[in-house]
Amino acid sequence: MGILEVKGVNKRFGGLQALGDVNLSVEENTVHAIIGPNGAGKSTLLNCLVGKLIPDSGSVSFAGQSVLGRTPHEINQMGISRVFQTPEIFGDLTVYENTMIPCFARRDGTFKLNAIGSVGSQTDIRDQAMAMLEDVNMADKADVHAASLSRGDKRRLEMAMCLAQEPKMLLLDEPTAGMARADTNNTIDLLREIKEKRDITIAIIEHDMHVVFSLAERITVLAQGTPLVEDTPENIKGHPKVQEAYLGGHG
Amino acid sequence: MLGLNKKDTNLLLVVLALTMLAPFILNPFPTDSGLAQFNAGYPDLMQRFAIFGIFAIGFNILFGLTGYLSFGHAAFLGVGSYSAVWMFKLLSMNILPAIILSVIIAGLFALVIGYVSLRRSGIYFSILTLAFAQMSFALAYSVLTPVTNGETGLQLTLSDPRILGSSAAADGSIPVTNLFGLEMRSAWDMAVGPWTFTFSAGYYFCAIVLLVAFYLSIRIFRSPFGMMLRAIKSNQTRLNYTGLNPKPYTLAAFVISGMYAGLAGGLMAAMDPLAGAERMQWTASGEVVLMTILGGAGTLIGPVLGAGMIKYFENILSKINESVLHGWFAFMPDGLEDFFVAIVYPFVGKGWHLTLGILFMLVVIFLPGGLVEGGQRIGAAFRRKGKKAGGAEAEAAKQQPGE
Repeated sequence: MGILEVKGVNKRFGGLQALGDVNLSVEENTVHAIIGPNGAGKSTLLNCLVGKLIPDSGSVSFAGQSVLGRTPHEINQMGISRVFQTPEIFGDLTVYENTMIPCFARRDGTFKLNAIGSVGSQTDIRDQAMAMLEDVNMADKADVHAASLSRGDKRRLEMAMCLAQEPKMLLLDEPTAGMARADTNNTIDLLREIKEKRDITIAIIEHDMHVVFSLAERITVLAQGTPLVEDTPENIKGHPKVQEAYLGGHG
Repeated sequence: MLGLNKKDTNLLLVVLALTMLAPFILNPFPTDSGLAQFNAGYPDLMQRFAIFGIFAIGFNILFGLTGYLSFGHAAFLGVGSYSAVWMFKLLSMNILPAIILSVIIAGLFALVIGYVSLRRSGIYFSILTLAFAQMSFALAYSVLTPVTNGETGLQLTLSDPRILGSSAAADGSIPVTNLFGLEMRSAWDMAVGPWTFTFSAGYYFCAIVLLVAFYLSIRIFRSPFGMMLRAIKSNQTRLNYTGLNPKPYTLAAFVISGMYAGLAGGLMAAMDPLAGAERMQWTASGEVVLMTILGGAGTLIGPVLGAGMIKYFENILSKINESVLHGWFAFMPDGLEDFFVAIVYPFVGKGWHLTLGILFMLVVIFLPGGLVEGGQRIGAAFRRKGKKAGGAEAEAAKQQPGE
């Protein structure tokens, strides 16, 4: 049994069958990529995993517990951290504060009214956040407003925020979309580093084959809302069905 | 000091000095001079400065930190006032239980309204709060007359029970509000040459409550809770996907700011024991929004400055009538005098709203951070000038040995 189990998931938007009978199993501590052409249902699937959408039928379970009907913050507390296509960070806050918030979330849960003690007196949180920033080489930018960071640094910060929660699984939604090749390679290196340093499962939804084949250990190919094949990168590369889905049957 | 860092401690000390010395600061002109009408150091107005300062500080905890713009905060102020007056009618004329009850009732009221309104954000949230406040106003004005005494307003009478006090004072009049015997209306005049300074018990009580309220707001701003509220304003999606539930945070902020409003309402009744429905009207809610934005939303001291400024304008500018203007321009030839009076007249007296409106527009356009931003800019300009002068001196010093 994998850490993330998707069984028979269907999702329909009006007349469009966005997902049809999707089965997926992500093994613990692997990098699993979900690829597919535009409109294949990759984002819909992802939104079903994080609680933004509820599938019409089927089940999604994480670490043995169903995630269906739970809100995004509850699912996050179960151990799934999500990295967005465009980095979602707290732009008005400093980099340091950005990193402290997930540390608070991990320690205090979804809500704690801690309104009198100052942030400065929370030494454990401050140390954790600083250690995390040093880990991603951003300690020198700790007092910078997050909105003024470069795109690459924003991505780096977002990943640091997700990792500060020590999640069981990192879910990435096209992390290199719209990036220049150099930035893409930096992101790949960052993800590799993350994977080497700790035990973590990474599920990555991606369009860019270069990224997928550099990182993934398993690949699921999605087309028109259903998984075509699931295999290792070597086997996927030459798979006729995959080429058909991507190139329209003339590969 | 008191768990604050150096900068915040200094700010608190500045506010402490301003509030404690207010009777002097606000009375810069001798009593008999022509400028005496600009003096704001009389108890009634000073109390209002402090009370609306508290109201705006509380409003800023919600609006300044989370960005949720409530258009119905006056409802909590009104509820606070009614609760306090009922306490005066039923229990005693001591203001302490009255104020405590106003804070509690306003907090409960805010919990209910906040729970419903916070299901939406942005403009829908503002409209929901506005609707609730207008509903409360209409109810207080009509249906709830047994509780609120309708359009007359809730007043004290000689037949009130006041179980811990007395229904009537020894001389047969309605007793006055007090704090364990210290009458709120008692005041002491100090004459220094041509100046007269008034020290009122009521004002000093309000000022101390303001200081405590201000201190608490600094603590909230600097706490993890305050950081979460700023995070909500910055990016709610990220907060959701970081495993934090924004709803209880916003609701807590809403209730806290509602309690501040209740405290202000209770104080208002403690200074003058009556409560009317018009305190809950949307214009009153709009006023606190103006105060906060004018002073600087999201800053610590801004709302207090904004409240002071608006209340000063309301009370001082509105007193300048046509005959006062004629007095000012009397040195001019007749035609010119009338001309100048005609130009200035629309901006003062009953037209003071026009001046306030223009000022508000100027602030929003040129100083989006409010008066606080203005102060910061002036401060920065001085520092630059100081540095330049310092630099020139250093140059001169360097050249000297060579001479």
